[in-house]
Amino acid sequence: MRLPLATLLLAAIVAAAGMAGANAENRRSGFDDMSPSTQALQREDTQNPAMLWVQDGEQRFNADCARCHSAQSLGAAGARHPAWDAAAGKPLTLAGRINQCRVRHVKAPALAPESEGLLALEAFVALQSRGRPIAPDSTPALRPFVAQGERLFKQRIGQLDFSCAQCHDDNAGRRLAGALIPQAHPTGYPIYRLEWQGLGSLQRRLRNCMSGVRAEPYAYGSDEFTMIELYLKQRAAGMAVESPAVRP
Amino acid sequence: MKMAALRTLLRVPATARPGEVMEVRLLMQHPMETGFRPDASGRTVPRNILRRIEARFEGELVFAADLFPAITANPYIAFPLRATRSGTLTVTIEGDNGVAERETAVITVA
Repeated sequence: MRLPLATLLLAAIVAAAGMAGANAENRRSGFDDMSPSTQALQREDTQNPAMLWVQDGEQRFNADCARCHSAQSLGAAGARHPAWDAAAGKPLTLAGRINQCRVRHVKAPALAPESEGLLALEAFVALQSRGRPIAPDSTPALRPFVAQGERLFKQRIGQLDFSCAQCHDDNAGRRLAGALIPQAHPTGYPIYRLEWQGLGSLQRRLRNCMSGVRAEPYAYGSDEFTMIELYLKQRAAGMAVESPAVRP
Repeated sequence: MKMAALRTLLRVPATARPGEVMEVRLLMQHPMETGFRPDASGRTVPRNILRRIEARFEGELVFAADLFPAITANPYIAFPLRATRSGTLTVTIEGDNGVAERETAVITVA
């Protein structure tokens, strides 16, 4: 059998790409599997309820943050965090960074996790990264934290004895009861979740899953959550930031 | 800074051609508490909803809606408006607990 050389080459390239990047090629944002009406909510800023929090966040940003930062200068922050913090010797989430900046430079008290003020600021900052590819911090010191995050992602937990990976790696695209299991890429946080009727962070979403498998959720702002966030960001590297997204 | 009692986003096209039908969009940040839900201690959470939305263009009523407990939190309302002349659209929102908001948007027809 004789095949043209070009066909053979193409077949070889396709095979190599398939082996090297099966995960990278087949990654889907939760957006892709939403109903058209929910997609429309996210697509149109005039319909996206998260924009109410963004408006609040912009006012807070202008009051507290604009003395040092311009909104444009923070364009990479949402695509990059959690990022290495040399002083703390560990990674910081975007919410952690906002609070650190408040305490250290604004001399204001830290905002409570999941408070309206913190979510509003996080939404406004993350919006500045919308459309950019997720570009995780590549500081070498982060590697053990990413590895630990991956370990936590693959660790069986709770009375149901499930790991994150068993649903979101092994069975993504299938259904858990009526709900489609997404690949769990954190492309749009903080999200307006219809089920919550409000804005919420990635850690709130992770706590949902943990109580779903009857595990005791980690605390907001815990190192465990930071490491899982870090791993998920690496896993989603290159996907476009959608913040603030809408999810069902 | 005085916090607004109700956070709203009112969007209209800044300009329109005469006779053009435009869409007015209004998002409101509100819990729309139904008055039927029990809280963690079993007591019924008092009703707290937005009840009435009215839109007036230069004083003329162009849209009105009554809202009820079955409406979602953070409601989104959109309605068409035919542009005949330039003017100000005034939207008033009334609700439980003394909510009374007024939002305006200027529309230029040319």
